[in-house]
Amino acid sequence: MKTLKDIRVRERARVQKLHGHGALRRRIMDMGVTKGVEVFVQKVAPLGDPIEVTVRGYELSIRKEDAALIEVTQERSL
Amino acid sequence: MSIKIALAGNPNSGKTTMFNDLTGSQQYVGNWPGVTVAKKEGKLKGRPDVVIQDLPGIYSLSSYSPEEVITRNYLVREKPDAVINIVDATNIERNLYLTTQIIEIGVPVIIALNMIDIVRRNGDVINLKGLEDALGCRVMETSALRGMGSQEAAAAASELAGSGESVHIPPVFNGSVEHAIAHIEESIQDRVEARYLRWYAIKVFERDAVILEELHLPKALQEHLEEHIEECEREMDDDSESIIISQRYDYVGKLVAQCVIRNIKAGGTDSDKIDRILTNRVLALPLFAVIMFLVYYLSVSTVGSLVTEFTNETLFGDWIYTPLSAWLARIDASPVVSGLFLEGVVGGVGAVLGFVPQMTMLFLMLSLLEDVGYMSRVAFIMDRVFRKFGLSGKSFIPMLIGSGCSVPGIMATRTIENDRDRRMTIMTTAFIPCGAKMPIVALFAGAMFGGSGLVAVSAYFVGISAVVVSGLILKKTRPFAGDVAPFIMELPPYHKPKLSNIAHTTGERAWSFVKRAGTVILLSSVILWFLQSFGTVGGRLMMVPDNNTSLLSSLGGWVAPFFVPLGFGNWQAAVATFTGLIAKENVVSTFGVLYGFAEVAEDGTQIWSRLAADFTALTAYSFLIFNLLCAPCFATIATIRKEMDSARWTLATIAYMTGFAYGAALMVHQFGLILQGNGLTFWSGMAFLVLALVLFLLFRPKPRVHGRYEPVSAPAEYRAVCPVGCKGCPANPENRKQIGRNRP
Repeated sequence: MKTLKDIRVRERARVQKLHGHGALRRRIMDMGVTKGVEVFVQKVAPLGDPIEVTVRGYELSIRKEDAALIEVTQERSL
Repeated sequence: MSIKIALAGNPNSGKTTMFNDLTGSQQYVGNWPGVTVAKKEGKLKGRPDVVIQDLPGIYSLSSYSPEEVITRNYLVREKPDAVINIVDATNIERNLYLTTQIIEIGVPVIIALNMIDIVRRNGDVINLKGLEDALGCRVMETSALRGMGSQEAAAAASELAGSGESVHIPPVFNGSVEHAIAHIEESIQDRVEARYLRWYAIKVFERDAVILEELHLPKALQEHLEEHIEECEREMDDDSESIIISQRYDYVGKLVAQCVIRNIKAGGTDSDKIDRILTNRVLALPLFAVIMFLVYYLSVSTVGSLVTEFTNETLFGDWIYTPLSAWLARIDASPVVSGLFLEGVVGGVGAVLGFVPQMTMLFLMLSLLEDVGYMSRVAFIMDRVFRKFGLSGKSFIPMLIGSGCSVPGIMATRTIENDRDRRMTIMTTAFIPCGAKMPIVALFAGAMFGGSGLVAVSAYFVGISAVVVSGLILKKTRPFAGDVAPFIMELPPYHKPKLSNIAHTTGERAWSFVKRAGTVILLSSVILWFLQSFGTVGGRLMMVPDNNTSLLSSLGGWVAPFFVPLGFGNWQAAVATFTGLIAKENVVSTFGVLYGFAEVAEDGTQIWSRLAADFTALTAYSFLIFNLLCAPCFATIATIRKEMDSARWTLATIAYMTGFAYGAALMVHQFGLILQGNGLTFWSGMAFLVLALVLFLLFRPKPRVHGRYEPVSAPAEYRAVCPVGCKGCPANPENRKQIGRNRP
């Protein structure tokens, strides 16, 4: 199973499933990370965590441990 | 009858700018009851009958954060006459997600497509008519930053407020979901107000914990509705909450695809280019250090201290103190009156007001960083360090500023949106040694440690350790273990700062400090002045010439025994600790007065030998630690009170800090005694107990508690695991409600 955490910088992925529960899961979805959406990993913070992704046309910062709850499939990069 | 218009929208959508634009200087700023979330209200410029209510910036109307609950409660219970939903047109998809939820509440809505100037500059085109037809409400173009369209939007909203137009609800959900919602609507229609029926029905479908509790449906009905919800969940192969969110986003996604034509530029926007440098893996930290140095240098060292010196020496010294004392002498005022005014009022309040220029400077720079969008990058860069001890990346700025003065440091926590992170940062910021504590350090370094610079270094080390240890301890306590805030944060595009916005924020923060100096600080200064200058002589209360016979010294005498285990049980030390409450640098001057010197240098050179006689290196260090960590000065306490907006939290903070200081000083002194070859005593036993307690609090497992906003519904993965549903099993729907409450 591949998660958003495993996607390298400047690569694309499509969200398949969300794990986790409660406030965290709801928050991830409220921010637009829902099934079928495409995400692009922009960069990693200087200290190695969190990461910055582009989703639905804006920049979102998410910790790697939370990104591991987002199951994705790799998309062809540009 | 006045008209109430609420401003709702995502964070960073330009809501505050529009609020300032609409209300001008006619604002009332406070907190929402019980939380640290700011509440702003104002009258529409030129229309005193229209009240504008600014709601917290939110992404959704779930029940997981205080901001979201405040907003939806306001919309449902306070019944605003109209809502202006501010939508960041450059980030339209996620912003309209909230719009679909606001419309469902059934209040008349005007959509303000804000930052439209940037959309135009990027060459994007938005079909307003298409959006209006789909969403069923008026869409207006605005640019609050350029003062364009806000007034028109407000005018349209106040017009709409009186029109009684019925609200059209866009077809967001598919057939099966609508079917289930219709069932719920039918079952609960006599329990809720008609205009909110759909809102409640959708929330019941989502199993929103707060709403379910509020409706208090009979068990049989709830089970019946549960069947419908589960049927829908089976059909869609997802849990009800996710179904709703996904369908909203699917609907908005399609709408945006139809109505927005994007002009995609190669190489990204200007904001992307700036960000490529400012959050670059290699450059980010050095650049961050440079920016922080500049902020600190400009506000604390150069401009700030110049103006502060002027305020203290010239304004309060030459212009107020000198003429006032001359005038008091001329009218032959009694020593009580002149003492009260000169030492109590001017001395106490002046000491605090002296910080105002420095703070204004600091607020100016912070507002600037906040306004351009750099603050969220600070959190992005620093998050990894601070999350380890339960704080957030944004806690860095308050602590950095706290090393100058805790008051602006604690006020800077306003940039932390999350209630829990903000409380925790407020509770720990004052541990960082502020500028006023440095004279105490210098005094003891000079008197006892040969002026070693290591003492100052160790003071910072002690302060930082106190923050780290407290973070680790507090995050496992009940109030903080519950609603853990996920760090899933938007990095908004950089934009040009708006000067009037910055001026507004700066002025507001500085003014609220000045106001406090006039009330709480004034009162406490006067009380302490009274205790310090009055004493009983021959059974009569009267003014005494020196502190040694004052009420304060008797008070010090009573309190001193408590400090014996810490090694400084003499009453002078106790009194000095008390006067430190006015301002920490008072500790030095108090020692001066108590040892019989009227005036001492800032580092107290004159009393070094007297101190050396009363203290040993160990007791001096213990005293230092206690004074660095214990209850902060009145100005800081008043700030904590204001920012926490709760007497209980303020008391808890002070008690925690003082307790922490006592424990730390006790351990230093007692373990120091043992290292010096002294035997074990009762108090060394207590020190070991304190150590054991601290270690326990640090390493105990996180208690299983949940915050108020934790949902009742069982986690999806439990339900997916097992279809049997044995008694007591988390997968059994019977146990769901309970599990939701106790789940780890």
